[in-house]
Amino acid sequence: MAKGRFVLIFPPSLVEEPVTYHLVKDYGILINILRARITPKEEGRLVIEMSGNLEPAIKYLETQGVKVEPIAREILLDEELCIHCGACAGVCFPKALTIDTETWELKFNREKCTLCEFCLKACPVGAISSKF
Amino acid sequence: MPKTFTEINEKISKRKAVVLTAEEVIQMAEEEGISKVAEKVDVVTTGTFGPMCSSGAFLNFGHTDPPIKMSEVWLNDVPAYGALAAVDAYIGATAISKTRGTNYGGAHVIEDMVRGKKIKLVAISNGTDCYPRKYVETYITLDNLNQAYLYNPRNAYQNYSAATNSSSKTIFTYMGILLPNFSNVTYCSAGQLSPLINDPCLRTIGIGTKLFLGGGIGYIAWEGTQYNTKRERTERGVPIGPGATLALIGDLKKMSSDYLRACVMYRYGVSLFVGIGIPIPILDEEMAYFVSIKDSEIYTDILDYSVESLSRPSYGRVNYQQLRSGSIELHGKKVQTASLSSYKKAREIAQILKSWIMTGHFTLVEPVERLPIEREFKQLQIIQEGSEN
Repeated sequence: MAKGRFVLIFPPSLVEEPVTYHLVKDYGILINILRARITPKEEGRLVIEMSGNLEPAIKYLETQGVKVEPIAREILLDEELCIHCGACAGVCFPKALTIDTETWELKFNREKCTLCEFCLKACPVGAISSKF
Repeated sequence: MPKTFTEINEKISKRKAVVLTAEEVIQMAEEEGISKVAEKVDVVTTGTFGPMCSSGAFLNFGHTDPPIKMSEVWLNDVPAYGALAAVDAYIGATAISKTRGTNYGGAHVIEDMVRGKKIKLVAISNGTDCYPRKYVETYITLDNLNQAYLYNPRNAYQNYSAATNSSSKTIFTYMGILLPNFSNVTYCSAGQLSPLINDPCLRTIGIGTKLFLGGGIGYIAWEGTQYNTKRERTERGVPIGPGATLALIGDLKKMSSDYLRACVMYRYGVSLFVGIGIPIPILDEEMAYFVSIKDSEIYTDILDYSVESLSRPSYGRVNYQQLRSGSIELHGKKVQTASLSSYKKAREIAQILKSWIMTGHFTLVEPVERLPIEREFKQLQIIQEGSEN
């Protein structure tokens, strides 16, 4: 079973189509929506994690007119610069960034990161950046 | 039997002093009781590492030939205060760069100096008969300065209020990013490791106290600004919210960027993380009792930073054990908490200070004078010209 993170870009005409429903129902894809910005009559963007048989699913999306971009972007934590204060953990709701209550060190669980980038602003010492 | 500073220092010199950190002593007090702590322990070390805006450094650049009486000074484009004698200046932590804005400020200049980097110095003057030069542009390093000492008018706050946001929009504060509708709470104290919480009545900490400052040695110069003794206290004597503060001084040349770090609070500005550790002599059972305080016994109020007033409403009182757990309950809802000061670094500082004392490198200094027992924190009144009051 393949797994990946993608940005799905919907043209305005497709915004009101239940595309994710078809992904789940017809293609058996497990989806986890990380971020969504969909406004009627405008282009929609969906950041999504998909697992399952991805090839036919992506083909389906593309034939519908959805642009599928795999995410190569990731959040980088510079261990040298980090002072383990926890300011980033306070704005990280998926709990990807947490302070270990034994060592009081910052822990970063990439799997949970939804790339909201709040931590970039919250980090007072510029130890967090994002990479494309 | 009560102990004196002199007796403790004799033990330190002979490397026989028993030193614990403020965390370690909690366990001992729980297992063996306060009397045993008073009997066995000589010194308890504390630590804190948090953003402390009221920080800065006095610098003396030395004279050029011909000399200049610097009136306006910039270090890496950050303005320093030059209205002192000819080549003295004060670089404040929160000053911001005229070219890079809040991305670089006085705190960054201080950190870069400590890292041994070259700093661009620009200064202007009107020129006088005795100081004819009107402009200087050169590079300095910390090593080349005659004097460079940190002088921080307000550090080591004895407790601090926690922060939240009741409004419907995200706010950006010196307490970090506060998300709308009480979505998070931030706090800033080392709690049970914090220096002034372990000697809440400042019995042993006073003017002249020698301490760990920014990785080097520092001293208490004076009461800190906004020193406040009027805050409500718990039965253990610890103020609930901001209380006493310290003005600290120390040789910047001996400090390290591990314990002196510039920071940028998003959409607020520049500040400086300062590492401070104060040794507390266990003179008697009362001091043993004070240092055995734990996070669950230290309280603070959660203030609403979206209220644009000095008297922000409180949304509840919590202890540091609750804050440190990662979430607290606010209005029946689970809310994420985050610290702005580094507990890991606070712990490191207490351990370093402990090792300095245990190896006989650091002895205690008895205060030459006590800090104020009574001090009110006054507000600035807006008074119109010609008014009666």
